[in-house]
Amino acid sequence: MKRIKQLFFMLLVLFVAAPPAMGRDMSKKANVDVKDILWGHIKDSYEWHITDFGDENHHHPVVIHLPIIVKTSTGWHIFSSEQFSEERDANGDRPGPYNLVIKDSEAKDNPNKIVEKISGQEIIPLDLSITKTVCVLFIDAIILLLIILIPARWCKKHKLDDPAPKGFTGLMHMFIMNIYDDVIKACLGDEAPRYAPWLLTCFFFIFVANIMGIVPFPPGGGNLTGNIACTFFLGVSTFLITNITGTRTYWKEIFWPEVPTWLKLPVPLMQIIEIFGIFTKPLALIIRLFANMLAGHAIALSFAAIIFIMFSIADSVLVNWLAGSAMSVISIAMSVFMMLLEVLVSYIQALVFTMLSAVFISLAHVREHRA
Amino acid sequence: MDLLIPSGGLLFWMTLVFLLVFFILWKWGFPSIVKMVEDRKAYIDDSLRKAHEANEKLANIQKESESIMQKAREQQASILREASATRDTIVEQAQEKAREESSRIVSEARAEIEAEKQNVIRDIRNQVAELSVQIAEKILHEKLSNDGKQMELIDRLLDDVSSTVNNDSK
Repeated sequence: MKRIKQLFFMLLVLFVAAPPAMGRDMSKKANVDVKDILWGHIKDSYEWHITDFGDENHHHPVVIHLPIIVKTSTGWHIFSSEQFSEERDANGDRPGPYNLVIKDSEAKDNPNKIVEKISGQEIIPLDLSITKTVCVLFIDAIILLLIILIPARWCKKHKLDDPAPKGFTGLMHMFIMNIYDDVIKACLGDEAPRYAPWLLTCFFFIFVANIMGIVPFPPGGGNLTGNIACTFFLGVSTFLITNITGTRTYWKEIFWPEVPTWLKLPVPLMQIIEIFGIFTKPLALIIRLFANMLAGHAIALSFAAIIFIMFSIADSVLVNWLAGSAMSVISIAMSVFMMLLEVLVSYIQALVFTMLSAVFISLAHVREHRA
Repeated sequence: MDLLIPSGGLLFWMTLVFLLVFFILWKWGFPSIVKMVEDRKAYIDDSLRKAHEANEKLANIQKESESIMQKAREQQASILREASATRDTIVEQAQEKAREESSRIVSEARAEIEAEKQNVIRDIRNQVAELSVQIAEKILHEKLSNDGKQMELIDRLLDDVSSTVNNDSK
C-alpha cells in the first residue's frame, strides 16, 4: 500500500512537471478552445482524430482516415477522407474531390457534413460514409458478438452435467441470467422467452457501447450511445415492437378507456392524452440514453480541458505553472471519480433502457380487466 | 441543434449492424445460453432434491436396520431361553428315565437273584436230604425204606432245621 502511494505521488509530480517540458510557451496567455475540443469529440466526423503532437507552429495530428461513401449527382463515389484538404476555403469549408466539401462546424446548415457544391448551390448527397461513429459501431458490434458467442459456444460444447463454467464464460452466464431473470422475466413473465433475445441484445449493445465510450483511446472513445441516431433507432424499435404486438385491450384502452364518458365523448380528451403517451414513451427512452451518455462524455472532457485552460490562464510562467499544477491534481481526482461514476452510469442506462422497454411491451400486452 | 437530428448515414448503418447482430445473437447466442443455464438450474435442483430424498431414505434404512437388530436380539434371547428350558426338560426326562431303568434293572436283578437263590436252596436241600439219608444209611448200616413217608419226615425235619438256621442268622 505504501508502495502504491509513493507511485501515485510520483505520477502526480510527473503530471505537474510534464507540461513545461513539452516545449509549450508558458509565458503567454492563450485561449484554449474547449468548445472545439468538446464538439470535436462528441460529434461525428469523417476521420478519427486521435491526438496531436508537436508545438503550436508545427502541428502534427494523428488521424485515422475513414472511407467516404456518397451518392452524388454523378453517381456513387468511394474514397478516403484523406482527400479532403486540411486547408479551409473562404467559407471555412474543406474542399475535396467530385465537388464535395465538408462544411464548417460553425455553418448554419449541415455543419460538419459533406455537401455537393454545384455552381454555388449546395446539394445534400446520399451519405453512407463510414464515419467515426459508424466505425465505433462496427467495433462495438464485433466485441458484442465475441462476448456473447464465446459463452454460447461453451453451451454447445458441454453437456448438462458438466462442471459449471469458470472465468469469462461463467461471468457472462451470470450476467445474462441476471438481466434475464431480474429484468425481463420480472416484467414480462411467461412471455419473456419471446422478447428476451431482442431485449438482451439491446442491453448488451448499449452496455458495450457505453463502456467502450469511456475507454479514452481507440478502439474505444467513440460516442455511439451519445449519438441521437443510435438511440433513435433503439427507441423506434421498441416503439414498433410495443405497438405491433399490442393486444386488442391495449388499443381499446387507448381509444375507449374506462373513464367517465364526458372525458372522452364530445372532446376526445383521454384519447389525445393516450395517443400522446404512445409517442412520449419511446421519446423518453431516446432522449434519456442520449443525454446521459452525452453529458458523461462532456463532463469527462471538461475536467481534462480544465488542466489546459489553467496552464495558459495568465501572462506569467509562475502563475500558469502554479495554477495548472494545482488544478491538475484536483482535475485528475475529479476525473477518476467521474470515470468510476460513468462505469456505473453505463450499466444503469443499459439497465434502464432494457427495463423500460420490457415494461412498455408488457403494458401493451394487457389482458381484459377482471371486474 | 444538429445534435438532436439523427444523421441518415449513421441511422442506416446502425439499423443494418444492429439487426445483423440481433439476428446472429437470436439464432446462436442468447437462447442457447438461457436454455443451458435454466436446464442446468433445473438439473441441479433435481439433483439436490434427489440427494435429499436419498438422505431421507438412508435415515429410514438406518432406523429400520436398528429396529431389525433390536428384533433379532429379542428373538435371540427368546430362542436361548427356550433352548435352555428344552435342555432342562430333556435332562430331567433323561434322568427320570435313567432312574426308572436303573430301578427296573435293580429289581429284575433282585428277582433273578431271589430265584437263583431259591433254586440253589432247593438244590442244597435235595443234596442235604440225600446226604443226610446217605449219612443215616451209613450210620445205621441199614437200608431204610426209601418211600414217601420217610421223605416227608426228612423234609419236615429239614424245615425245622432251616428255620432254626434262619433264626440263628437273624
